[in-house]
Amino acid sequence: MIEIINLCKNFGDHVVLNNLNLTINTGETTVIIGRSGCGKSVLLKHIIGLLKPDSGQAFIDGKDITRLAGRALNGVRMKFGMLFQGAALFDSLSVWENVAFGMLEHNNRRKDEVMDRVTECLGLVGLSDVEELKPAELSGGMRKRVGLARAICMKPEIILYDEPTTGIDPIMGDAINTLIRELHDKLKVTSVAVTHDMISAYKIADKIAMLYNGRIIAMGTPEEIKNTRDPVVKQFIHGEANGPITLGG
Amino acid sequence: MLNIKNGIRALGEKAIGLISYVGGLGIFTGEVFFWLFHPPFRIKQIFKQAEKIGVMSLPIVSLISLFTGMVLALQSAYQMQKIQAEMYIASLVALSMVRELGPVLTALVVAGRCGAAITAEIGTMKVTEQIDALETMATNPINYLVTPRFWALLISLTVLTIYANCIGMLGGYIVGVYKLRITHHMYVKMTFDPLRHSDVRNGLYKSVVFAIAICIISCFEGMRAQEGAEGVGKATTSSVVKSFVLIIACDCLLTAFMYFIGR
Repeated sequence: MIEIINLCKNFGDHVVLNNLNLTINTGETTVIIGRSGCGKSVLLKHIIGLLKPDSGQAFIDGKDITRLAGRALNGVRMKFGMLFQGAALFDSLSVWENVAFGMLEHNNRRKDEVMDRVTECLGLVGLSDVEELKPAELSGGMRKRVGLARAICMKPEIILYDEPTTGIDPIMGDAINTLIRELHDKLKVTSVAVTHDMISAYKIADKIAMLYNGRIIAMGTPEEIKNTRDPVVKQFIHGEANGPITLGG
Repeated sequence: MLNIKNGIRALGEKAIGLISYVGGLGIFTGEVFFWLFHPPFRIKQIFKQAEKIGVMSLPIVSLISLFTGMVLALQSAYQMQKIQAEMYIASLVALSMVRELGPVLTALVVAGRCGAAITAEIGTMKVTEQIDALETMATNPINYLVTPRFWALLISLTVLTIYANCIGMLGGYIVGVYKLRITHHMYVKMTFDPLRHSDVRNGLYKSVVFAIAICIISCFEGMRAQEGAEGVGKATTSSVVKSFVLIIACDCLLTAFMYFIGR
C-alpha cells in the first residue's frame, strides 16, 4: 500500500503540494488527474523518492520513503518500475541494454538468461527484432513501449506512469492504455498513473483521484468521477473553459 | 536611491548564488570521492571513456604540442642568437614544456574538447530525465556517470601530458636542428641535461590536479543543467569557461607552491 500523509512541497514561493493526503491500495490502478503544472509529476516523484517534501510523509508498504537514503532508499526503489513521460531511455545504450539495465546492474545473471527476459518483456509490449537498435532509431510510440518493457523487466510490485499517452498519436495512445491494462491484469501490480488524458484515465483506472490546488479534492471509481457533482471535477473531466477553474489558476 | 537599493540587491543575489554554487560543488566533490573507492568500479566504462578522452584527443594534442615547441624555439631564437646562446634553446623548450606548457595546454585542450562533451552528454541526460531513471533503478548517478570519467580523465590526461611533452620537444628539435643549425648531439644533450626528475614529477602532479578539476566542473555543470537545449548550451559554455579559469588558477597556485616549498 502507498500512503501519503500531509505532503507539502514548495518551489520558491510557488506552493505545489499543500497538505496532500492519498491512499493507494495494493493491486489497484490509481490514476491521478489534474491540470498541466498542478503537481502530478511532483507527487509521483515523491512516491519514488526522487524529491524530498518540505513536510509530510510517504509510506510504501509501511516504510516512510521521505526519511530514507542510500541503500535503504535503493531497497525500496527496487519494488518500483517507472515509465517516464519521454521514456527516458539511455541514448548511449541499445534497446536490449536499456531493457536489461536493472538486471545487469543488480542481478548476477548469465547473458542468455538476461536476453530471454529481455525478449519476453519486449514481447509483452508488442515489440520484436529491435534489440540492437538505439533509442534515436525508434519512433515515439516504440520508445514508450521500450520504456515500459524496461519498467517491468525486474518484476516490480509497483509501476508508476508519468503521462503515458502524452506526445503520441491517439491510436498508439490506446495501444499503450491496453498494454497498461493487460500488464496490470497479468502481473498483478499496483499501478499509479498521472495524466490529463481522460480517455486514458477511464480505460485504465480502478480509482481516479483529482489533484487541484495542491490537494486531492475527489477520489472514486471512474463511474463515480463521471457522475460527480463537484463543479471543479466536472469542469475538468468535461474539458470546459468556463467554471471555477480559471485559465490562470 | 532605488538604483542603489537594486544594486545592493543584485550584489546580494550574486553573493548568495556564488556561495550556493561553491557549497553544491563541495558536496558533489565529496560524493565523487566517496564513490571512487566504493563498488561497483565499472572497469569497462573506464576503458571506454579513456578511449574517447585519450585516444581521440591524440591528433589535436599532437598538433598543438608540435606547434608550441616550434614556436617556442623560434621565438627564443631571436634573443638567444644575439648573445650567441642558441644551444640553450633546447633547454628552454624542454623545461617550458615539461614544467608548464605541456600540462597546461594539454589540460586546456582536453577541457575544451572532452569537458564540454561530458557536460553536454550529462546535461542532456538531466533534461531528458535519464538521470532520474538511473535513480529509480537504484543506480547512483555519480557512481555510474562520474567515477568512470574521473578515472579515465586522470589516466588519459597524465599520459597525454607525457606525450605532449615529447611532441613539444620534437617540435623544438625540428626548428633547432633544421632551421637554427644546432647539431643533433648538442640539441639532445641540452634537452635532457637540465631536466630533473622533480621537473617531470611536478608537471605530472599538475596534470592530476587539472584532471580532477575538469572532471568535477564538467560533471557538476551537466548535473545542474536547466530545461531544454538552451540550458544544456549554457551549462556547456559555463563548464568550459570555469574549467579554463580553474586550470590557470590551479597552475598559478601549484607553481608558486612548488617554487617556494617543493624545490
